[in-house]
Amino acid sequence: MSIIQVEGLTKSFRIAERKAGFFGAVSGLFSRHYRNVEALRDVSFEINAGELVGYIGPNGAGKSTTIKILAGILVPSSGRCEVNGRVPWRQRRDHVASIGVVFGQRTQLWWDLPVIESFDLLRDIYRVSQDRYVATRDELIELLDLRDFLDTPVRQLSLGQRVRCDIAASLLHEPTIVFLDEPTIGLDAVSQLSVRAFIKQIAEERHVTVLLTTHDLDDIEAICDRLIVINDGNLLLDGTIDDLRSRYGDGRYIAVELESFKDVPHEHEDLVVERSDSHILFCIENDVPAFINHVLAEYPVKDLLVTHPPIERVVASMYQTERIAS
Amino acid sequence: MIHAIGLFGRLYLTSIRAKMQYRAAFILLVCGTFFIGAMEALGIWALFDRFGNLGVWSLAHVAFLYGTVNIVFSSVDITARGFDTFGAGLIQTGQFDRVLVRPTYVAILVASRDVGLHQLGRLLQGLLVFAYALYALDIDWTVGKVLLYVFAVIGMYVFFFGIQIIRATMCFWTIETLELVNMFSHGGQETAQYPMSIYNESFTKFFTYVIPLACVAYFPIVAVLEVDEPLGSTMLFQYLSPLAAFVFFGCCLFFWFFGVKRYQSTGS
Amino acid sequence: MISWRGYLAVVVARFRVLLQYRAAAVAGIVTQIFWGCIKIMVLAAFFAVAVETPPMTFEAVVVYIWLGQVFLGLLPWNHDSELEELFRSGGVAYELLRPLDLYWFWFARTLAFRTAPTLLRMLPGTLFAVAILPVIGLPEWALTAPASVMHGLVFLVSFIGMVLLSCAVSILISISMFWMLEARGLVVITTGVVPVLSGMVVPLPLFPDWAQPFLQAQPFRGLCDVPFRLYSGDIPLELAGQEIAFQFAWVLVLILLGYALIAHARKRVVVQGG
Repeated sequence: MSIIQVEGLTKSFRIAERKAGFFGAVSGLFSRHYRNVEALRDVSFEINAGELVGYIGPNGAGKSTTIKILAGILVPSSGRCEVNGRVPWRQRRDHVASIGVVFGQRTQLWWDLPVIESFDLLRDIYRVSQDRYVATRDELIELLDLRDFLDTPVRQLSLGQRVRCDIAASLLHEPTIVFLDEPTIGLDAVSQLSVRAFIKQIAEERHVTVLLTTHDLDDIEAICDRLIVINDGNLLLDGTIDDLRSRYGDGRYIAVELESFKDVPHEHEDLVVERSDSHILFCIENDVPAFINHVLAEYPVKDLLVTHPPIERVVASMYQTERIAS
Repeated sequence: MIHAIGLFGRLYLTSIRAKMQYRAAFILLVCGTFFIGAMEALGIWALFDRFGNLGVWSLAHVAFLYGTVNIVFSSVDITARGFDTFGAGLIQTGQFDRVLVRPTYVAILVASRDVGLHQLGRLLQGLLVFAYALYALDIDWTVGKVLLYVFAVIGMYVFFFGIQIIRATMCFWTIETLELVNMFSHGGQETAQYPMSIYNESFTKFFTYVIPLACVAYFPIVAVLEVDEPLGSTMLFQYLSPLAAFVFFGCCLFFWFFGVKRYQSTGS
Repeated sequence: MISWRGYLAVVVARFRVLLQYRAAAVAGIVTQIFWGCIKIMVLAAFFAVAVETPPMTFEAVVVYIWLGQVFLGLLPWNHDSELEELFRSGGVAYELLRPLDLYWFWFARTLAFRTAPTLLRMLPGTLFAVAILPVIGLPEWALTAPASVMHGLVFLVSFIGMVLLSCAVSILISISMFWMLEARGLVVITTGVVPVLSGMVVPLPLFPDWAQPFLQAQPFRGLCDVPFRLYSGDIPLELAGQEIAFQFAWVLVLILLGYALIAHARKRVVVQGG
């Protein structure tokens, strides 16, 4: 049963352009130029109840626009969209009562108040009955381990603590769908891991559908079963992580720091992404262990680091592949 | 609706408590608005001292008007400041998206988000001037006059509230032209401190028929104070004129709903 | 001392930022005209009922009000919020590192903060007050030319004094933030006092006669009262030299005071280690 249906969703904005420099500013006094920006072009997908879906793409790809439309904040230029059987922007009040939203960069909590009081206010805003509220709240406090800072004003929380409180706040009214917009952005590595674990656990225990935007592939790997990739307003891929890998390569970045830059073999130039005097960055598609052994044997290695390529690169290679194909 | 009012109350109290966390700043700002208001009143006093009465309007008459206008204007700022700081507080920061994902009336969340408690200084200053006017004037209060005065005060409240709503709504388009609305909020406050009859004719007409400031801050007050009215309005008109403020408020709300709709289609 | 180019760059950058707000500029001009008209109407009403001859003519009052509106942005009744933010965020430490003399660096900055928006806004406002008002049948409200060429010239000198005085006062307020982040207290007081004592609220000669000795001696008079009355001829030319000397004496005193305070504050910051 699909709980979110999106069909042919399109959204364009008109943006005023400003010219740079002193004369640009002066001429801006008299005339202004506008240009149309297509934030979404004919995007379609369906999400079933209980799915954990990652929605990824580089900055400005149209992620936030999609979330805003699904949350009823924005009206699309054209296309159809139903969430829980409702058109979000037409029945805004009913719709938003059944969803939870976390905008990672902004808090929904009252800045100067203790966390627990923000929770109480949300109970009133969402008109949750006292019994249900207490039960849900206590369960979330337990699960997200919030007990230690419930009485701390929000402005004094660390970012990691605040994000956990924000996630709890978005679940107090027991929504069936949760939209998480960049929930791990700016978090340190430890908080990132714990927030990912919480999201996964909560989704399973409370049976909510999660749509999560991020530009961190590791988020997706840790949390999601399914992945939707968007770039420049176009939907590029809708499938599993394995689909992404098998179609666009399961690359790794291998960053090598060298002891000295003499006697460095100049080979595998097609695999080198970046090269400076003492650093080389390789992008390897197949048989990573064998390549690492090779590097350790042949190069004067001081340090070596293996990471996922950034999402921009995966999407870029995906984009290239799609363009060649069409 | 009852839930909505209760919710407004709770959120409003919350905003007050949040403000109270910065007590020193709060006290300072209250003193500031009191002081600035007092300086302004000093200016009015100086003119009366130099020139004598403004026709039939004595210093006490003008004090009655000044007191009323400032009490109401500061009350609006105290209770509906969320609209006043809407552009900087909600639109520029993107927090308005957050408001839109709440299952309740947007206007309630906006109004209760901020309180202009620092205007308590101005309120107090207005009350003091008003008390002086009551003491000096010895008005012959009848039931009709009391009712008319209350009607005018509510109308004036609704009028200035409406201006704040217009100001907030304009933020959906641009926050650069807000100063223009100040002309009607602070400018209106300044204008209404003197009897409308002293102004230029087209100016008075504008503030009667387009922006109905005179309908709450002049005509009904004339009837209460029983002073000569050179604009030639009838007693009936003076008693009914505050109605215009409620019509005006309706238009402001309509504009607000239009603005929210438009925000939902542009997202900026 | 580093060359004047550093200071010039500060001024140009501020102008560029401010020019971008075209709608704000238009709104500001309309508001300015509106306030000017209200003030003139109020004073016209009082002049119409005056029993005794007022100490200044209505023409002089009209000049006083229009110049006050046109040059409103020059007056130190608000403060540079960017500078306040600099103190709040601790960014002021970077200011201390710049290879410029801090006082004159802030002076350049304040000068631009005060003059950039004003110079942009004064032309339409002036045009309205000078040319449009007579055309729409309100010549008695219009801003007239200086009383004579000589008055115009002394006004120009006094205008420079006014701008310097305004900057000196603004910087004193900014410097006070070294001592208390809650300098808002001082800001609140200046916001209330400066408009009254400069003559922005009511032209100073219209205040009661017994208050005149005090009003004529205080420094804020140099912000409006002196230049505006020199323009209208309300202050006779014989007294012009004396009045301008009064202005510049206060400029000197306030700059020296600011300089001393900044040197003192600097020592404190060094002692505290930044």
